[in-house]
Formats: sequence, C-alpha cells, structure tokens
Amino acid sequence: MKRRSFLKIAGLGLVGACGVPVAQAMARAGSTAPAPNASNGKRWAMVIDEKKCLTKSGCQACVLACHKGHNVPTMSESRHDVKWIWKEQFVNVFPERVTPYTPAAMKERPTLVVCNHCDNPPCVRVCPTQATWKRPDGLVAMDEHRCIGCRYCVTACPYGARSFNWEDPRPHIVGELTDYPTRTKGVVEKCTFCAERLAVGKRPLCVEACEGIGCGALVFGDLGDPNSAVSALVRGSELGRRKPELGTSPHVFYIL
Amino acid sequence: MYSVGKIILGLGVFAAAVTAPVWYGLAHGNGSPPELQHAAEGKDCIEPTAFMRARHMELLDSWRDAVVRRGEHVYIATDGKHHDMSLTGTCLRCHSEPSKFCVRCHDYAGVEVFCWDCHQQKKRS
Repeated sequence: MKRRSFLKIAGLGLVGACGVPVAQAMARAGSTAPAPNASNGKRWAMVIDEKKCLTKSGCQACVLACHKGHNVPTMSESRHDVKWIWKEQFVNVFPERVTPYTPAAMKERPTLVVCNHCDNPPCVRVCPTQATWKRPDGLVAMDEHRCIGCRYCVTACPYGARSFNWEDPRPHIVGELTDYPTRTKGVVEKCTFCAERLAVGKRPLCVEACEGIGCGALVFGDLGDPNSAVSALVRGSELGRRKPELGTSPHVFYIL
Repeated sequence: MYSVGKIILGLGVFAAAVTAPVWYGLAHGNGSPPELQHAAEGKDCIEPTAFMRARHMELLDSWRDAVVRRGEHVYIATDGKHHDMSLTGTCLRCHSEPSKFCVRCHDYAGVEVFCWDCHQQKKRS
C-alpha cells in the first residue's frame, strides 16, 4: 500500500468514527416561543384604590400572597428586610401631600407600595449589567442571573422599591415553594408585576388575593387597551402618582 | 545520538508529568465516569442524549434568556414537541435527584455551577 492511499483510508476512517457523535453534538437546538396563553399588554399598569384598601384595616392579603408565591424571606433583622409589596405610612409615600397641620392619624395611614414600573426608571439607567431593564410592555424587569449586587439601582430608585439580599435568604423563607426560584446572597430584588404569571396568561398574585377577600382595591391591566378597567380608571378620575416631579412617570396610580 | 539515554529519560519524565493527573485519578478510583442515575424509565430526554451531554449548558443558557429576558416559556424541541422551559419543573421531573445526576457528574468533571443557589432541587409541588 502506498503512503498516500494509507493516509486517505485512515482519514476517511477517522471521519466515519467521529462523524456521527460530532454531528449529533453539533445539531441545532430547538426554538423558543411565548406560551400560547400569554397575556400581551402594550403598557401594563396598576391602580391602587386606597379608599377601598383602608376599609380592610390591618389586611395583609396581597403582601402575604406575593411574598409566599415569590419565596420572599422574612429576615430576623429589619435592616435586612426584603420587600416586594408592603404598607408604608402615608407621610412617607406622599410627603408632598402632608402639611404641618395634617393630623397624625392621616400621616400614619398604612398605604400600599410596590415598584412603580416607571416610564423613565432611574434604576435601569444606572444598572451596569442590564440586570434590570425596561420591557416594551412597560415592566421594569429583573434578571437575577446578571445582577452583580452593586446596589446602584437601590440608591437610584426614589421609592425604595428595591431590596438587597444582605444574607442568604433561603434559611429565612417559610415554606419555600419550588414553583419560583429563590434569590441568593448579593443580588437585588423587587416587584416584577408577576412577569412569570403574565407570561402564562395569569394576573399578579396581589391582585388575585385582593379580589379573593372581596376587596378589589387593586386593579391591574393594559393601558394600551382602551376597554380595560385600568384605562377607565386612569381616564375617569383624579389619580395620584408618587413623586411626579422627578419625571419618572410611575405607572402605579393611586385613588386617594 | 550521543545523549540517547538522557533524551529517553527526559521524555519519560515529561510523559509521567503530563499524565500524572490520570494516574492520580486511577489510583484514587476516579478513573471511570461516575454512575449516573437514569431518568424515569421509558422517557426520552427532550433532545438526543449526545446533544444533551455535549450542549446542555448552552441549551439552559438559551432557556434562561428566553424565559427571563423575552418572556417566552415554551421550548419547541427538534422533534416538534413542546416543553415548559423550567429547570425545576421540566428537567427535574425526570432527573428527580440532581445529587445523583447533575451534581455527581459536575463533581467528577470539576465544573462548579451555581444553579442550585436559587433553583430548587426538590420536585415541583
């Protein structure tokens, strides 16, 4: 056998032996698609009816539903608290609506707060890794995989809507659910308007919980749809927004 | 060829040094790949085994980007079947004990991942 033909046969043999597994490994993966029942909004928004909310004194239904469903920990040290939705004193939520003569009872009124999903979110502008970004449908989303824990967003958010995980949250989660991932030490988290539920045609947990107790103080929907309940509320009544002078254009509206 | 002895000795030392990790592994009983727990019987993986073995990390990365950044939750496999893109919900439904599958092989390969810092190993409730 000539050297040339030996090399040819050996080469062909090598290709034959390795070709099949290599071809299998190089095969193209499948494709991805939105769930067929996904809710598609042009501009998601929420209206919080404080008048209705106040009728349920001490109610925590929305907070509990959200924090349970998203594995939000209950920290033993309050300075390490992680919060997606909570009740804050009125004076801290709307400081510009309080005068030196406002009665204490009004100042201390519990007022529900979440991430405002601003049109012009300062948190997004400062994030160096695009771990938080503005989706075309208005949600200010979080990608925990990309968060490096710099906390610029925590500082930038004028509403205190963001929490940093100062310690491993897992030991502090009561009844951890496996339907939703936990977070880890060193990342920032916040309300996501239940992006994971909108993607499969469900509504936010807080809204369902509020309806579940027969209150209906939380209305969620698409401002791009003129027939939605939020569109009617936004057009039909005088609504408050937090710190409008900052130009962030929050899309959580308040009936005060 | 005045130094044939030295050259052969040098080559021998070189070969021993280069292959030392292999001998070390064999001596400690880590020579063969670990025994991995087979997935639930009668179930094929979403893609062929050779593809999954070589490229599961790329697949999971693309799932992460699709779900988190684009809000897409459905994976259409090359065989046309649809799957929910969820590590805990889909992968672990068959590979129910990651400690005997994912973790065992990653330990053997010396590849450290931090999926489990956030994603649960328990079965979906």
